[in-house]
Amino acid sequence: MTAIASGSSLLGLALVIPTVVAVLVMLLGRLPNLRDAASLVGALLLFVTIGALLPDVLAGARPVLPLVTIAPGLDLVLRVEPLGMLFALVASTLWIANSVYSIGYMRGNQEPRQTMFFAAFAVAIAATMGVALAGNLVTLFLFYELLSLSTYPLVTHKQTPEAMRAGRVYLLTLIGASMILLLPAIVWTAFVAGTTDFQLGGILGGKIGPLAMAVLLGLFVFGAAKAAVMPLHRWLPAAMVAPTPVSALLHAVAVVKAGVFTILKVTVYIFGLDTLQATGASQWLVYVAGFTIIAASLVAMTADDLKRRLAYSTIGQLSYIVMAAALASPLAAMGAAIHIAAHAVSKITLFFAAGSVYTAEHVTKVSQMDGIGRRMPWTMAAFTIGALSMIGLPPTAGFLGKWFMLAGAGSLHEWFAVAVIVVSTVLNAAYLLPIAARAFLKPAGGPVAEAPVAMVVALTATAAGTVLLFLFPEVPYRLASALVSR
Amino acid sequence: MSFLAAIDQHLPVIVVLAPLLGAVLVALVRVEIASWPIAVLAALISAAAAFRLVFVVEQLGVVSYRLGGFAPELGIEYRVDAVNVLILLVVTAVSLVTLLYARQSVAAEIDGGRVPWFYAMMLVAMAGLLGMAITGDAFNAFVFLEISSLSTYTLIALGRDRRALVAAYQYLIVGTIGATFYVIGVGLLYLATGTLNLALIVERLPDVVSPRALIAAEAFILVGIALKLALFPLHAWLPNAYGYAPSAATVLLASTATKVAVYLMARFLFGVFGIHVEIGPVSVTGVLILLSLAAMFVASLAAVFQRDVKRLLAFSSVAQIGYITLGLALANPAGLTGAFLHIVNHALMKGAAFMAIGAVLLRCGSSRLDDLAGIGRTMPATAVALTIAGLGLIGVPGTSGFVSKWYLVLGAFDDGKGWLAFMIVASSVIAVLYVGRLLEVVWFREPGKAALAASEAPLSMLLPTLLLAGLTIFFGIDAEMPARLAGAAATVLLGGHP
Repeated sequence: MTAIASGSSLLGLALVIPTVVAVLVMLLGRLPNLRDAASLVGALLLFVTIGALLPDVLAGARPVLPLVTIAPGLDLVLRVEPLGMLFALVASTLWIANSVYSIGYMRGNQEPRQTMFFAAFAVAIAATMGVALAGNLVTLFLFYELLSLSTYPLVTHKQTPEAMRAGRVYLLTLIGASMILLLPAIVWTAFVAGTTDFQLGGILGGKIGPLAMAVLLGLFVFGAAKAAVMPLHRWLPAAMVAPTPVSALLHAVAVVKAGVFTILKVTVYIFGLDTLQATGASQWLVYVAGFTIIAASLVAMTADDLKRRLAYSTIGQLSYIVMAAALASPLAAMGAAIHIAAHAVSKITLFFAAGSVYTAEHVTKVSQMDGIGRRMPWTMAAFTIGALSMIGLPPTAGFLGKWFMLAGAGSLHEWFAVAVIVVSTVLNAAYLLPIAARAFLKPAGGPVAEAPVAMVVALTATAAGTVLLFLFPEVPYRLASALVSR
Repeated sequence: MSFLAAIDQHLPVIVVLAPLLGAVLVALVRVEIASWPIAVLAALISAAAAFRLVFVVEQLGVVSYRLGGFAPELGIEYRVDAVNVLILLVVTAVSLVTLLYARQSVAAEIDGGRVPWFYAMMLVAMAGLLGMAITGDAFNAFVFLEISSLSTYTLIALGRDRRALVAAYQYLIVGTIGATFYVIGVGLLYLATGTLNLALIVERLPDVVSPRALIAAEAFILVGIALKLALFPLHAWLPNAYGYAPSAATVLLASTATKVAVYLMARFLFGVFGIHVEIGPVSVTGVLILLSLAAMFVASLAAVFQRDVKRLLAFSSVAQIGYITLGLALANPAGLTGAFLHIVNHALMKGAAFMAIGAVLLRCGSSRLDDLAGIGRTMPATAVALTIAGLGLIGVPGTSGFVSKWYLVLGAFDDGKGWLAFMIVASSVIAVLYVGRLLEVVWFREPGKAALAASEAPLSMLLPTLLLAGLTIFFGIDAEMPARLAGAAATVLLGGHP
């Protein structure tokens, strides 16, 4: 009883801490050192808070915190379950790394409007916690929209015409899709199922026909445009004009993860894997996601701009998760959950490395990276580890998720999905390994000169995390199996 | 104590009399600087009385007030129950906020000499609307309907665009036809029952020998009111009227006038004739559902293609009225609660939206969509209020618009009409388009010359705007209070006791 009570107060803290950080950052705008300390301390506190939830959740507890009742039958409520636990854990861990890195990046590049930046960042983290811990669809939707809004000033941080255009595409795509597709999907669900609560096994089974279910799934998948399933993927490459810490936030910590998290959560807790498996309502999504994986990989091969290449890599990796969700097998869903964590920690490493290269040498293009690994060994070693993880090679985290997804696809005899995973692995190698090769094998052409130490520390830590997650996958593994068991 | 009790006894008449006497006072004094404070004071007294009435009605159920002490049949009865007390509250509260907002807008838009007349007409319109809502007498309702209409024609004609005259004239003709229909219907009712008091009419209906007279009366009355509430396809007067009226008048009309007409329709449909009456082969609810759907879709689509924001919002009003009448037609607790909630919520968000546009008009001199480009950078607070109102019109969770649509969808399902729920959601998608178009221009376009020169709206206009926008958010997060009042209204209309 007390454990549950303390659990629900931890849920509240998870929202309160980043909100307080945002306020403190605004108040301490004139004192940069204190202001940045507030971000760091807040990130650590949040990590501890989320970490404190973990034992309970692993033990099978599901703490609940009702926020408000809007009207009878319409509640805002937080409720943690294994998948949300995993997402919250990933986001809060990476917020620490991202804070350290951001402080180095913003100061190293003498960026303007840093106070606004860190404040919006903290609000985005609060929104992410809300998405991760939401107990029903309405709550999730609210925080999902808050995440879109709070990241808009980050995407347009540079305030150049190009950044403003990107921000426009970003907001119109994300908000437009969620208003036109996601919201109707939620209302539809609410009235068919009589609730929007996330429940193990789903709430729609036997309540709508297979065709309607397939349509509803489509509304959810494309409504959650943050998952960047083609053709709603364009906002992601456009948003790469933002500073690198923002790209890390978009690609690893919060935004795209909120998209695939929503899709995975909906397939498990709203549709129910068994229901989807029995009706075949998600089969079409396997093909759409598979197409997205291959097409995004092909585009990535042609991109010379490093961040653009990474952006298309993200689109492909996200669709792995979507495809695994669409396979609707417990194994694949486990793989999807683990891949959320694995991709986050590896992709943040890649973006940190890209930003580090930009800060030290103002290099943005792959063709300019000859010998850069010899001048910036830490950065490019980390980059290489991240790249291996993207491909899915041991000893990196990317291997784990892919392995489960392959096993899930194979056990269902989904040879299309198996082929997609195999082919895309080759493609991933083809567009990521040449960068590492170019960086280390070409002559140095200059002395060793790394980026600011805060950035190097951060990217080394996340690279180490990418390997450690492979060696000690216990927490994500146990959460993922809790997701599909019982 | 006894003084307060005495006031409590006379609350119904104070609600109406305060603005009426205020109007007379403004017209007599006719000093420009005195007009606004008098108007605000009158509205404040009226709002305070309405607020107090809410509590009295929650205790007593029904408050009956005999004007001059004459018993009904001969005298006029004011009758307040859970249904119209909500309307009184909305009308007085929004009128008060509108008047608080109006001072600088009116000073800029109305010629000096006409300012006192403008305020006098605002108060008369307010009194007329309140009278329509409070009276328990069918003919008295007609008188108040005419009072509010005549003052509205004047208000619209005071708009500075010359097209305002045409709009006022158009509304005058249509409005007069509507009032005539209504009064013919009331005449038929009188012939059939021998009384004008609504409660007595209901008592005597079973004894009426000729149902044909009743059917004719119902048809005339409903069509007459439908004109006043701009029910599709009788809405043609509304976009011009809202579009060309002075900003403050538009706020008042958009947030209150049509709502009172909806109330009157609900009163006749549920309280007098009974909602499930069939006129020949036609069922009233069927027609109402059809017209509501047409309003939701056609008017929303029309809004998408407007070039002037005031007209855009006006078409949106026609569509939103469609949601309200749809709720009436559902005739079940959830649907009716949704309808009355939407009356409250739409008054708040449309009020906020028109107030924001009034501020833009003050600062930029235009309400054309193109001229609003980039206004989010120079008038951020106003643009935020406009954004919140827009999100409410769509029905986004977190705004009150979501809660009322939620109840409407619930009502549709309770009625076994899943397809209606689908139509509600589908039409909301069109709202995404027109609101999205507006917000895209406001936030993402490069500011034009007028927008660059504009500064944030003056505080006296900004605060009322933000208040209504804030309430739109507040009632979207915690709808307990409005949902309770609307639920009580629904219960009473459906014949139960709250």
